[in-house]
Amino acid sequence: MTSAATTTETIVRARRRVSGVAPVFAGVLVTALVVWLAINLEKTPTLFVKAFLIGITNGSVYALVALGYTLVYGILELINFAHGDVFMLGGMMSATFMLSVFHLGTDASPGSLWPALLASLVISMVFCGVLNASIERVAYRPLRRAPRLAPLITAIAMSFILQNVAIAWKGPNYVSLPINMLPHGIVFRIGHDTYTWDALIVVLITAPVLAALVWLVQYTKQGKAMRATAQDREAAAMMGIDVNRTISFTFLIAGGLAGAAGLIYAVYFTSIRFDQGFQLGLFAFTAAVLGGIGNLPGAVLGALFIGLAQSFNNTLGWHAPGSDWTQSIVFSILILILVFRPEGILGERTPEGG
Amino acid sequence: MSAVGVPEERWHALPLMVRRAVVAVVVGLLALVVLAPFSGFDPTALYTWLVFAALFVPPWERIRLIGKFIPALGMLGVVVAYPFYASSLYTIPVLGAFPSTNTGVTMLIYAMMALGLNVVVGYAGLLDLGYVAFYAIGAYSAAWFASQQFAGQNPDGSAKRSFHFLAIGIDPKLGGIHVTPWLLLLVGGVFAALIGMLIGLPTLRLRGDYLAIVTLGFGEILPQIARNGDNLFGQNVTNGPQGIVPLDTIGFGNTLHRALGLPANYQIASNSDSLYFWTAIVLVLITLFCSLRLRGSRLGRAWVAIREDETAASAMGIPLMRTKTLAYAIGAFFGGVAGAYYAIFTSSANPDSFQLNFSVFVLVMVILGGMGNVWGVLVGAAFLAYLDQAGLANTGAWLSDHLGLNLDVPKYEFGIYGIMLLLVMLFRPHGLIPEARRKLEFQIGVHDEPLYDEVADDAHVAGASH
Repeated sequence: MTSAATTTETIVRARRRVSGVAPVFAGVLVTALVVWLAINLEKTPTLFVKAFLIGITNGSVYALVALGYTLVYGILELINFAHGDVFMLGGMMSATFMLSVFHLGTDASPGSLWPALLASLVISMVFCGVLNASIERVAYRPLRRAPRLAPLITAIAMSFILQNVAIAWKGPNYVSLPINMLPHGIVFRIGHDTYTWDALIVVLITAPVLAALVWLVQYTKQGKAMRATAQDREAAAMMGIDVNRTISFTFLIAGGLAGAAGLIYAVYFTSIRFDQGFQLGLFAFTAAVLGGIGNLPGAVLGALFIGLAQSFNNTLGWHAPGSDWTQSIVFSILILILVFRPEGILGERTPEGG
Repeated sequence: MSAVGVPEERWHALPLMVRRAVVAVVVGLLALVVLAPFSGFDPTALYTWLVFAALFVPPWERIRLIGKFIPALGMLGVVVAYPFYASSLYTIPVLGAFPSTNTGVTMLIYAMMALGLNVVVGYAGLLDLGYVAFYAIGAYSAAWFASQQFAGQNPDGSAKRSFHFLAIGIDPKLGGIHVTPWLLLLVGGVFAALIGMLIGLPTLRLRGDYLAIVTLGFGEILPQIARNGDNLFGQNVTNGPQGIVPLDTIGFGNTLHRALGLPANYQIASNSDSLYFWTAIVLVLITLFCSLRLRGSRLGRAWVAIREDETAASAMGIPLMRTKTLAYAIGAFFGGVAGAYYAIFTSSANPDSFQLNFSVFVLVMVILGGMGNVWGVLVGAAFLAYLDQAGLANTGAWLSDHLGLNLDVPKYEFGIYGIMLLLVMLFRPHGLIPEARRKLEFQIGVHDEPLYDEVADDAHVAGASH
């Protein structure tokens, strides 16, 4: 453990060197951002509110995926690159069930829509949970004693394999669902724009899932075991916690969240392609890092932030870079956060910086 | 050996040459048995086998001074002469014909990139998932300074800017910047190394997996800048999704051609592919030489020390940041040179070729071959580049011809690499041709905080990891 102490010291010293520049730089950046948003709000208020609502909806989907990253990272300190692809397969699974099994079309009646939606949700969650737990069993568990690089590399390998499974299953093109599958009734109006039911449904599905997750982690015995394992595996094992089972359970839960996100993505955005999971996974990972990786409320907050950043960038009219630059902006956020505040917005300052 | 009834001691008591000859004969017979049902007997297969036997069976290393170089020089000769006999070689079952010289150029360029990445991943143990960025920087720096990209236009339609420096094979009045591509190879490399340092300085402080994700971020940002670069603050910098075409040709010009007989212009030469091929060999040899010399140098040993235990290395007085940044810059340099050469070879720089997939592709080359071992990396790179360029398509054709499977194999290219990567990491994490030291690291573990604690190991897993 002496080596850990030395590392801490080195890193703390390194951090101190940066700290002179970082606050100034961050301050300038945040001020510029706030000014830009304020001018946009003043010029086109309705567009701003519309962008805000889109951002919240996107952010809810990101939140579900980001929580999976955060859960797994919290317990294993592993970036599960395959997580985004698990989400994508969940979306494909849901799309298949909605179309081929429940035969839902445009403007499905509430009587047929809700049971089908719930059944698909359960199927997708179970499928993704089991898939994610099996990935852990096959690709990560045998590499316990290996250098840190090894499981990271198998994670990338799994990601590519899952993408190709999707190609083999659905082909390289978009899998489309009927548009307006969800009800499009108006919830409320902002100027000429409307907030419709489908966007609200996304938030309505996400919120209970998040609440259930918080309950699970905070108030159940299994959740206690997860937190204990995340803190100190060795000590947890000594206290009689089955560490392997707890890790598997964590992957199961993370996969389940990805499955829920997959369903929501499929029915809300109505099309999904084999490579979208990886992309969205990276955004969600950014969100998890932003909020402080390993921190559940942080992941949700970060996801909302990324969702808003994306929609403001894509939608706003005054000097917005536009959707061509979304990736660059999100990854710049990721890099800036990792360089200047690796513990995230809500994270604690730990020696490892995460 | 004991498996076939020869006691271990007796086998080791045999002269070295006999032992190697036995291995060579057994391999040859096995190959014959395997190949015969597919393609029948082909004399070129016999010649290939004879050449390899002549290189590796006699105990060349016993000859003083030059002896240990003979197999390597022989191999080099075989490779250099490749364009002369490539077309008359036999057909490998399933994989199809030997690669053409044109494919050979790509294989060599990929090998160079893999050697560069090997410095970062293999030597210093830093996972770089955005290596394609350096390749893109090299390609674009060649494209900017050897094309009409910055010609501009006067109102009368003529070019606004024109700058020529030792460029060959083009009209001296042609607009744009035209610097000789030989210099641009270096420029591409230096440029990539500078950007590498720029990326490395703030990020190399991060722990391994964070570094991986940051490099991945850069690997996504830079190609997006290239794609959107046709309107960067009103300037057309990269010509957007069309990319920059055509690039100037490489060559030695007419003066040197008359004086020394060097090829004047690669593009219009009758043996164009062979010229590109030989130049690529020279570049790979330089990379190989640098890699080998670096490995044994003070810097190389510092990299290995950091890879194995950063804290201990730091305690021994190794400056962590400088050493890591140098690894990053040197790896980026080779990536940049390879990118510049590839752009000149294909006469284009196109943003679509700079995807995350490509970074992973190069990473698979390094891991498959054996991280840290340049020979393993070379073999891995050549094999995967061949699969990418021709092998997978040939396999698909063979499957549909012989088994009636109508499978589009190249479509699953990255799935296949994923499976390779997974299998290699699980069953032979040190690669096919491992470096002795790296192998030990994977067997007995290192101090870079393994993913799980050993306490939580169950017996089955502990058994599997040995």
